[in-house]
Amino acid sequence: MDATDSRQMEQSQAGFLKVIEASLSDLVLAADIHNREIVLRAELAKVAEILLALRDGQALECRQLTDVTAVDWPERPARFDLVWQLLSVRYNQRVRLIAEVEEGEIVPSSVPIFASANWAEREIWDMFGIFFSGHPDLRRLLTDYGFEGHPLRKDFPLTGHVEVRYDDTQRRVIYQPVQLVQEYRDFDFLSPWEGMLGEPDSAADQPAEAEDGETANG
Amino acid sequence: MGDMQIRPLTLNFGPQHPAAHGVLRLVLEMDGEVIERADPHIGLLHRGTEKLIENKTYLQALPYFDRLDYVSPMNQEHAWALAIEKALHIEVPERGQYIRVLYCEIGRVLNHLLNLTTFAIDVGAITPLLWGFEERETLMEFYERASGARLHAAYFRPGGVHQDLPDGLVEDILAWADKFPDFIADLETLLTENRIFKQRTVDIGVLDTEEALGLGMTGVVLRATGLPWDLRKSQPYDVYEKMDFDVPVGKTGDCYARYLVRIEEMRQSLRIIRQAIEEMPDGPVLAQNHKITPPRRAEMKQSMEALIQHFKLYTEGFHVPAGDSYTAVEAPKGEFGVYLVADGTNKPWRCRLRGPGYYFMAAVDYMSRGHMLADSVAIIGSLDIVFGEIDR
Repeated sequence: MDATDSRQMEQSQAGFLKVIEASLSDLVLAADIHNREIVLRAELAKVAEILLALRDGQALECRQLTDVTAVDWPERPARFDLVWQLLSVRYNQRVRLIAEVEEGEIVPSSVPIFASANWAEREIWDMFGIFFSGHPDLRRLLTDYGFEGHPLRKDFPLTGHVEVRYDDTQRRVIYQPVQLVQEYRDFDFLSPWEGMLGEPDSAADQPAEAEDGETANG
Repeated sequence: MGDMQIRPLTLNFGPQHPAAHGVLRLVLEMDGEVIERADPHIGLLHRGTEKLIENKTYLQALPYFDRLDYVSPMNQEHAWALAIEKALHIEVPERGQYIRVLYCEIGRVLNHLLNLTTFAIDVGAITPLLWGFEERETLMEFYERASGARLHAAYFRPGGVHQDLPDGLVEDILAWADKFPDFIADLETLLTENRIFKQRTVDIGVLDTEEALGLGMTGVVLRATGLPWDLRKSQPYDVYEKMDFDVPVGKTGDCYARYLVRIEEMRQSLRIIRQAIEEMPDGPVLAQNHKITPPRRAEMKQSMEALIQHFKLYTEGFHVPAGDSYTAVEAPKGEFGVYLVADGTNKPWRCRLRGPGYYFMAAVDYMSRGHMLADSVAIIGSLDIVFGEIDR
């Protein structure tokens, strides 16, 4: 734990991925470089083991858990993606770990491995309703005291369910159902004309200049 | 008397408190004047930015980034612009990159001026605040002359910056950069060797490098522990690679070290500002791909294509190919990251905003345990807390 410990070493991304594959091959489902970022996919049950290996593994040393977050995909059987962003300061590499979680599934907390997961997991519980077991203090973080629902789920309306106002007669702040003065404006601007819709993969392959040329003709 | 059960005194700090740097409610469990546990209640400024961004087009989402850490708005726009550029594979013209670096560094000075001076007022010195805000006003004028707004600039766009700098602006920035070192020296005479300031900050809120990494600390707080980790150097974006500057580090990891690192970072920012102005090439400031960036006004008067492209861009917006990416910049406070999940439409599917202050605030409990009540104020001040990015 002296100055040598924090010395930064150069390691190429492909080389770093090789080290990960060598030490975690039986734990991860997939490991590849996507858009110049290392992405690992794993089963939820293996996540704690992987995080520990990434943190302590030789030539890995991902000492920082930069962020934990979730993504809601309501149409999928396993509804949520949990996403861990790790950083190895020593080798100057980032690693992203993604695991699928079903609704109602209980996730083991990663706070014992990384202290920084504490608030991130509280926020995920607050915003998505994913429960973490073994978390020291799993309370809501950002929403109001006594709030109901999980706002970042896709089925939660943007305007919410309740609004607060000060009531003169009761002389206190009261909660009531949201009343919108005008209907919420949600314009559908998605153009049916361009070939970009529905096939994002082909759009990703086209260089931006080629698209520009297309319109010049039309 | 027998055994007595002693219940710790619970003290409510905030939500309206001048030293809470915004709306922070801190529930402190005290043993006498010593903090046993600090429980920050945040979210009083929660506006649901991440949810709102999911319901806006990529371009409409940009102004929300000004409103996160409202002390250094352009640095965060930068992260959003870079995230989109990464997903769409667009190149930014060189002049645009230089202007962005120039304004990011102005933002850094803006941020450090606010933090250092409010930190000083938290521990009892009023004069730095009065001096510092005058300088901030000058800097916000530079913001205004480039973007039209002092705070919520919406100046950085995917593909570059919105407009070129007006005539005479860079000369004025250079003139300011020549004078500013005198201001830093003056500020230092008030604080650096000030006995009261040192008594309030030295050995308060100490973190070592391992603890800081584990707690998710980035930026100044991490560098004050002695680790030279700066994303501008280690994972450079735009033209930071070409800039010649040093990364100051602290030795002790306490509040005083964080103060010293910020002072030195302002000097290094001045070096970058000078280089950016001197080396800034001529040319376009915005990528000329009118699927992503608007065509010029004059063009729209003549060309039907330009008019259509303008209309489509500002109604439908552009589509981002499906996929996810994490983009981080070195904001003045620390690593500001954007985890963007696109589904191929004109709106992001998910946009996670990773603010540095969020993890600083989470560590307040760990850092203030065993300290006196008044020290918690110094710790919060030295961590550079702004609630816009914590509550989002």
